[in-house]
Amino acid sequence: MPDDKRVAVLGAGMHPWGKWGRNFVEYGLAAAGDALHEADLPWTDIQYVAGADTIRNGYPGFVAGATFAQALGWTGARVSSAYAACASGAQAINNARAQILAGLCDVALVVGADTTPKGFFTPVGGDRTDDPDWLRFHLMGATNPTYFALYARRRMEIFGATEEDFAAVKVKNARHGLENPNARYRKEVTAAEVLASPMVADPLRLLEICATSDGGAALVLCSMEFARRHAGSQDLVTIDAVSTVTPRFPQAIIEMPNFSTDSSATAASVGPTFKQSVALAAYEEAGIGPEDVSLAEVYDLSSALELDWYEDIGLCKQGEAERMLRDGDTTLGGRVPVNPSGGLSCFGEAIPAQAIAQVCELVWQLRGQATGRQVEGARVGITANQGLFGHGSSVIVSK
Amino acid sequence: MTTKTRVPAIEGWFTLDDKAPTLLGSKCTSCGNFAFPKETYFCRNPGCQGREFAEAPLSRTGKVWSYTDACYEPPKPYMAADPYVPFALAAVELADEQMVVMGQVVPGVGVGDLSVGTEVELVLDTLYEDDEHEYVVWKWRPTGAPTGRVA
Repeated sequence: MPDDKRVAVLGAGMHPWGKWGRNFVEYGLAAAGDALHEADLPWTDIQYVAGADTIRNGYPGFVAGATFAQALGWTGARVSSAYAACASGAQAINNARAQILAGLCDVALVVGADTTPKGFFTPVGGDRTDDPDWLRFHLMGATNPTYFALYARRRMEIFGATEEDFAAVKVKNARHGLENPNARYRKEVTAAEVLASPMVADPLRLLEICATSDGGAALVLCSMEFARRHAGSQDLVTIDAVSTVTPRFPQAIIEMPNFSTDSSATAASVGPTFKQSVALAAYEEAGIGPEDVSLAEVYDLSSALELDWYEDIGLCKQGEAERMLRDGDTTLGGRVPVNPSGGLSCFGEAIPAQAIAQVCELVWQLRGQATGRQVEGARVGITANQGLFGHGSSVIVSK
Repeated sequence: MTTKTRVPAIEGWFTLDDKAPTLLGSKCTSCGNFAFPKETYFCRNPGCQGREFAEAPLSRTGKVWSYTDACYEPPKPYMAADPYVPFALAAVELADEQMVVMGQVVPGVGVGDLSVGTEVELVLDTLYEDDEHEYVVWKWRPTGAPTGRVA
């Protein structure tokens, strides 16, 4: 891939996920410090700061880029702050990448961090009768797991997925995350335990729905020229694609927080679904295909949703995800391990940090530094997730 | 017997016709695109420049695309009854409009009574009450199913 189409990752850092209850800025700073240390660069060398915003921590969260820059000590660096729900981290990565590829800066810091409340995510406060996110709670009692469960039930009825399949995803991811020092849940679970956990939104049970967590993640990105000058001839890990696509009309699959899909009455819904298009755009940008992928980090908001992603990122055909799972293809040691980090299953979701954390995991995997969960011979990794209202997010990393 | 005033939980999203209520969507006067809730500013069809919309009563019946339930009490602004009673939800395909519309399923009908493809119809039912009002909302009910506590 030509140098003017990719950026190098010099450093990655994370603050462990948990329910620590401290200020989100602290997690962001810890992650940034680790990423800068890995990059062997002082903060004062960073020319651009890309923050991923949090909406549950007051004003500092809305302007996260400046919040982190101020906390690290003002240097006059240029800044951006981006919110795109679960895809916020990908937006921040893309902001930094665009600056570097445009030649506007050489080296950038990407940071996202969150402190989360207990329980279901709720809409932002106030009576907002023109906000579908507020209205879906008020008029239907439709929480986030409601939507995850609609997809899970559909999988069962259309493709014959079983509750045992969904439980097996959780069992796999729990095992993957056992040795991950940044994971919040590091405990093996059995299928029987998963299936005995309380039903939340049929067919999804408590142990199959991701928690909300505190955490922070950061990356130091730079131009290829800067990387060679700074890091020499060692194998560079590069970001080859960042997909931020939106859906195409008519969007025929019900999406959080909507009450309805688009209508297909005037224009037929043809071509890939939104989630398929997210990964397709990334593959196209990187000039590779699913057959080149060594591992994937996908958004397992529910255990069932991970199976949808196998198909949506092209690891198998529609309806074949259960077979892939049962054959062990996506388990560590299998053909293409999925969520070797343990995924959201072991982390819980720290919204603005999560898409960045997915890339941190790929970076460590490609460098061979993922102790206890290493995918042998990993050369190319892909991440996938989706932010509320239609923010696609997929990043391809290679070495 | 309640003397509370029945009011819609949201204005303009459905008719208050007890026997045959309908959701009120919009239809673009240029391209015919349906939307629910109503579109008011700009047609969502990217190939259409339409800015005018007619009110469109949507099909009262459809087939379940998928379904689930809410075993735990949803947080505010959902106004849950005390004690909390779990309920089912369904995403329903409307054939004429070729769209899927979500809603709660009537009380008394659980996930065990539903399948992908189950035929359902739209009814009105209580969402919550205060001292003076009964706030009603649309819900889905399997055609020919027990009536539950339908308004």
